[in-house]
Amino acid sequence: MKKLFSLMLTAFVIGNVSAQAVTKLNGAGASFPYAIYSKWFSEYSKENKDVRINYQPIGSGGGIRQLIKQTVDFGASDAPMKSKDMKKAAWPVMHVPTVLGAVALAYNQPGVDANLKLDGEVLSNIFLGKITKWNDTAIAKLNPSMKLPAKDILIVRRADGSGTTKVFSEYLSAASAEWKNKVGIGKSLRWPTGIGAKGNDGVTAIIKQTEGAIGYIDLAHAVKNKLSTVALKNKSGEFVAPTVESISKSAAYFKTSGTDFTASLIDQPGKGVYPVSAFTYILLPVYKKNQKLSEIHKFINWALTDGQKMAADLFYAPLPDSLRKNILKEISKL
Amino acid sequence: MVEMVSKDNIENNTSSPLKKRGISYKQQDKIAFMILRGFALAIVLLLGLMIYQLFQASAPAIKEFGFSFIYNDFWNPIEDEFGALPFIYGTLVTSLIAILIAAPVSIAIALFINEYLPKALGNLLGLFVELISAIPSIIFGLWGLYYLAPWVKDSLTPILKSTLGFLPLFSGPSFGIGILTASIILSIMIIPTITSVCREVFKVVPSLQKEAALALGATKFEAIKLAILKPSFSGVMGAVVLGLGRALGETMAVAMVIGNSAEISKSLFGAGATMASVMANEYAEADSEIHLSALCLIGLLLFVVTFFVNFFARSITWKAKMRGKKV
Repeated sequence: MKKLFSLMLTAFVIGNVSAQAVTKLNGAGASFPYAIYSKWFSEYSKENKDVRINYQPIGSGGGIRQLIKQTVDFGASDAPMKSKDMKKAAWPVMHVPTVLGAVALAYNQPGVDANLKLDGEVLSNIFLGKITKWNDTAIAKLNPSMKLPAKDILIVRRADGSGTTKVFSEYLSAASAEWKNKVGIGKSLRWPTGIGAKGNDGVTAIIKQTEGAIGYIDLAHAVKNKLSTVALKNKSGEFVAPTVESISKSAAYFKTSGTDFTASLIDQPGKGVYPVSAFTYILLPVYKKNQKLSEIHKFINWALTDGQKMAADLFYAPLPDSLRKNILKEISKL
Repeated sequence: MVEMVSKDNIENNTSSPLKKRGISYKQQDKIAFMILRGFALAIVLLLGLMIYQLFQASAPAIKEFGFSFIYNDFWNPIEDEFGALPFIYGTLVTSLIAILIAAPVSIAIALFINEYLPKALGNLLGLFVELISAIPSIIFGLWGLYYLAPWVKDSLTPILKSTLGFLPLFSGPSFGIGILTASIILSIMIIPTITSVCREVFKVVPSLQKEAALALGATKFEAIKLAILKPSFSGVMGAVVLGLGRALGETMAVAMVIGNSAEISKSLFGAGATMASVMANEYAEADSEIHLSALCLIGLLLFVVTFFVNFFARSITWKAKMRGKKV
C-alpha cells in the first residue's frame, strides 16, 4: 500500500514537472475567426510542442470582458474596443489585425443568376423593406441583361448579436442616410423587416431552403453551400463579387500610423475592392514582458507570416504584405 | 418508556458498531436531520441567491425603464430603448399553443398505454415516449430548422389556409420559420413529461371504480371517462403544469425556429421571439451596460411569468379538488 502510494506521488510530481514545461495560453473572443484560429493553434502547437493555446469563441463582447477581468491572456474581437472599455483595462491594449473577412450577400431565387448586381442604395432599400419584389425597377435597372421574376423578397438576418451584423449595418449606414437614421449601426439591431436566424449556419439554412430569400453571411458559408452571391458596386463604380482577392484588396490602400491598426474598411476606394470587408483583431495586452506574453508575441509573428498562407483555404483573406510588415515591426518594438 | 429502556440497553451493548465510534442513536438522528435540513435549505438559499443576483444585475434597467419595460413593444439595442412586451407575448403564445397540442395527445397516449395495451407492450411504448425527453434541445432545433420548417411551409400552411384562412391567426405569408413551428416543436418536447406524469396519475385511480362502472353496463370508453379521467382531473392538471414549465423556459430549439423578431405578430405564421430566446441570442455580444441589464431583467420577468402561470394552473387544480371534496 505504502509502495503504491509513493509510486503515485512520484508519478504526480513528474507529471506536474513535465506539465510545467508546457506554456498554456488562454484566449477568448470573436467567433468569426474561430475556424482559422483553431487551425493556427493546432498547427502552431505541432511546430512548438511546448506551447498550448486554448481559445474560446464566446463572442467579441465576451472576449473583451474576459480580457479586462484578466481571466484570459489575450482577447479577440471583430470590432475595435470602445475607449470606455480601454480605460477599464489595467494596461493599454494593442489591436493586431490577423486576417480580413467579408460579409457576403447570398440569395436563393430561381431565375436570378449568380452575381446579381446591386449598389448600397438599392441594398439598403431592400433591407428597409421598401423594395419587396425581385423584379423591382431599381434592381432591374442595375441588371438590364437579367430577366427577373416577380417574386417576393424574404430578408434573412442574424438573430444573435454579431460582428457580422455590425459590419453589414456599417456599410448600409454609409450607403443610405435613411438606414443611418432609422436603424443605425450595431451588433443587434431593431430590424424593420425579415426573420432572424441563429448564427451563420442558421441564416444559411433558411436561405438554402426558402425561395426568394436573401441574407448576409460570411464568405466561407456562402462558398461551401454554393449559394449565389451579390456583386456590390464599389467606390470605383465596378461591381465586385466577394472573393479572397477582392477582400484582401480592401486593406491594400490602408495607411497606418504608429501602433493603431484599427480602421473601418467599409467602401474603401481602389480598383477591385470589395466594399463590405473588415479586419478581425487579436487584442494584445501591453505590459512588461513575461514568459507568457513573449510566447503570445512569438505566436503572432508566426500567424502573420507562415499562418497567412492557411487563410485563403478557409475563405479568410490574408493581410496585404505592406501592412503585415508594418504590424510586425511595431510589435517587435514593444 | 419501554422503548427508551431498550434503546439504553442497546447503547450499553459494547458490540454495537455505532457505540464503538462513539455515536449514540440520539446523535445519529440529530446528524441525519441536520444533513437533510442542510440540503433542503441549500436549495431554497440557491433560489433566493439567484433571484437576488438577477435583481441586482437588472437594477439599472429597472431604474431606467420602470414599469414601462413590461408594456413597451420595442427593442432597440442601438438607441438603448427596451421593452419586453413582444417577448412576453411570444413566450405565452408559443407555450399556450404547445399545451393545446400536447395535452390531449399526451392524455390519449397515457390512457392507451395504461388501459388498452398489454403491460409489457405498454412499458415498451412508455419507454419510447420517455426517450423523447432525453433528446437534447439542439437536436430538436436542427430537426425543426431543416425538416419541420419546410414541412410547415409546404404542407401544413396550405391546409390551414384553405380551411381556417379567414382567421387573422392564419393570415399572411408563411416561410416555415415562425411562431407556429416553434409551438409544434415545443409541444413535441413536452409530450413525454405530460405523458409519464399522467400515466402515474391514472395508475393510482382505484380499479374498483372502473370495475364498478363496467359492471353497471358502461362501455370501456364510458368507464374510462367516468372512473379514470374524472377523478384524476387535478393530477392531470398537475402534469400539464409541469409541461408548461418546460415550455416557458425552453430556449435553444425555439431560438432556432421562431424567426427571432421583436414584434407582436397577429398571424401564427409570422416571426416572433420568446424571453428565453432573446437572452440566449443577445447576451454574448451585448456591449452596453443597459442592454445587458435589460436582458437580465427579462430573466427576472421570466421568473415572475413562470410563477404566475404556475400559480394560475395550480389554482385550477385546487378548485377542482375542493369541488371534488364537496360532492
